[in-house]
Amino acid sequence: MAKILVFTELHGAHVKGVTLEILGKLSGHTVEVAAIGKIPSEATADLAKFGAAKVHSLNGAGLDKYSPEGYANALHTFIAAGSFDYVFAGATSLGKDLLPRLATKFDAGMASEVTNFVMEGDKFAGTRPLFAGKCFAKVELTGPKPHFVTVRPNALGMNANPTAGAATAADAAVDAGTIRAMIKEIVKGTSEKLDLTEANIIVSGGRAMKDSANFKVLEDLANVIGATVGASRAAVDSGFAPHAMQVGQTGKTVAPSLYIACGISGAIQHLAGMRTSKVIVAINSDPDAPIFTKADYGIVGDLFTVVPLLTQEFKNLLGK
Amino acid sequence: MNIFVCVKQVPDTETKIVPSADGTFIETSSIKWIMNPYDEYAVEQALLVQAANAGSTVTVVRVGSSKDTEALRTAMAMGADDAFLVEAADNLDSYSIAKALKGAILKSGKTPDLILTGKQAIDDDCLQVPQILATMLDLPSVSVVVEYTGTASDITVKREVEGGSLEVYGVKLPAMIACNKGINTPRYASLPGIMKAKKKPLTTLSLADVGVSDADRRVKYSNFQLPPEKPPGKKFDATDAAKTGAVVKEVVGLLRTEAKVI
Repeated sequence: MAKILVFTELHGAHVKGVTLEILGKLSGHTVEVAAIGKIPSEATADLAKFGAAKVHSLNGAGLDKYSPEGYANALHTFIAAGSFDYVFAGATSLGKDLLPRLATKFDAGMASEVTNFVMEGDKFAGTRPLFAGKCFAKVELTGPKPHFVTVRPNALGMNANPTAGAATAADAAVDAGTIRAMIKEIVKGTSEKLDLTEANIIVSGGRAMKDSANFKVLEDLANVIGATVGASRAAVDSGFAPHAMQVGQTGKTVAPSLYIACGISGAIQHLAGMRTSKVIVAINSDPDAPIFTKADYGIVGDLFTVVPLLTQEFKNLLGK
Repeated sequence: MNIFVCVKQVPDTETKIVPSADGTFIETSSIKWIMNPYDEYAVEQALLVQAANAGSTVTVVRVGSSKDTEALRTAMAMGADDAFLVEAADNLDSYSIAKALKGAILKSGKTPDLILTGKQAIDDDCLQVPQILATMLDLPSVSVVVEYTGTASDITVKREVEGGSLEVYGVKLPAMIACNKGINTPRYASLPGIMKAKKKPLTTLSLADVGVSDADRRVKYSNFQLPPEKPPGKKFDATDAAKTGAVVKEVVGLLRTEAKVI
């Protein structure tokens, strides 16, 4: 049976949702979990519920904050000692940066940001979008083990009936080695909300927002339904929103359960970033806007009339 | 400084994508190729660093098909000094591409002080090559960089992570930096630049020249297919202000009862 490790990041007392999605998908396999730092008891309980057999807290000097080299060196030693066949992680900022480095230390291959996968016996087979989601392909790995995989957050969904695991806690000392690219400082973003790439609901604004101040209309809606606010390239290039909020080919690729596009025409480059959203709502005054061909629910109308009404209606529905 | 820029040639965003008959890639015959948009930021950054450090050279390296050399010509028209092309199929995997880039950089005879590239290529969107190449060359590296300042020996770069937060790294050169949108505004190639680019040296190498073979493939693709057609959605007319309330009520109801996302 394949020996599988899921690498997870810790955020306060919890792990990211994508870790639990991956564990749930691997239900029936023996899966171990590792994190840099001490895994808190709340996180261990979640990992147990989703089937983790063992949870490893890795500790060592120089690992209090992320560094590409420090994390890669530390995990390289740990993974080599555990002879894992597969290493999974979420396709987060950290996961996307770290896993290719780690894979290369093993001369091994990696499948990036899969949206689904199966273990055919002991063999991984994934599905991933290519060419801006204009097509999908089956992806398999070959060559030296372990094989590495990152999984797009929100794409698998949570397993409703996971098989629980023992989540036996273990500590391991690891060595960060030489770190040449070191974080001097972290400048916090303004948003306290979930990042776009992890958000379950996104409300995005386009060129029709006309002004950065008008994004308040979207934020009001987002606050009611627990959404993160995004923007199209047209809105970002017009200076209405920072690049960190951009959804699309030169911005973030997202896969929320619900994507509400407000005043976004639906240029190919925007669709590239959000077409794998499960349900798409589009609000646009132009009945011929391309976004309507991708929308599950399209509302032809002025967003400044429609969005406040939506906010009110959701408030009523959710009893807020 | 010896500055290298790794670029990839990708289908234009607007290009229609058709899976190939055997399903292992896409039909490439009628594609319009462009330089990967993120690589334009890398070329621009290389030229900015070159301008700030007299006597520096900018060498562009690409791995891919020789049918079209648009990306390399564009980079040289923008101002890069010379270029290397490693001839290969356009569907090589990240590991093979990184190994070929490494081989070409070593073949150039110049020791890199700085290697720049885009944070990812918009064809396969793997976001792997910069980190693989840095690891293979044992260079410190930072990816998804939105700000670059520094000298010929020390740089400070800002890496964008979740929620718009920035990790500020101090790095000693030589290093590898992968650029994101926001780091600069790429220049357009001028007409004299385009004319000059035609005379700049472009060296072509084979995969064998840079020590890459089929045995280096780590990722296999098959079953390329178009995404399933989405059934047409429901469209509501709320252009009449009197009807807007009712439409909104209906859509919110459907999001709960039909789509079950709220």
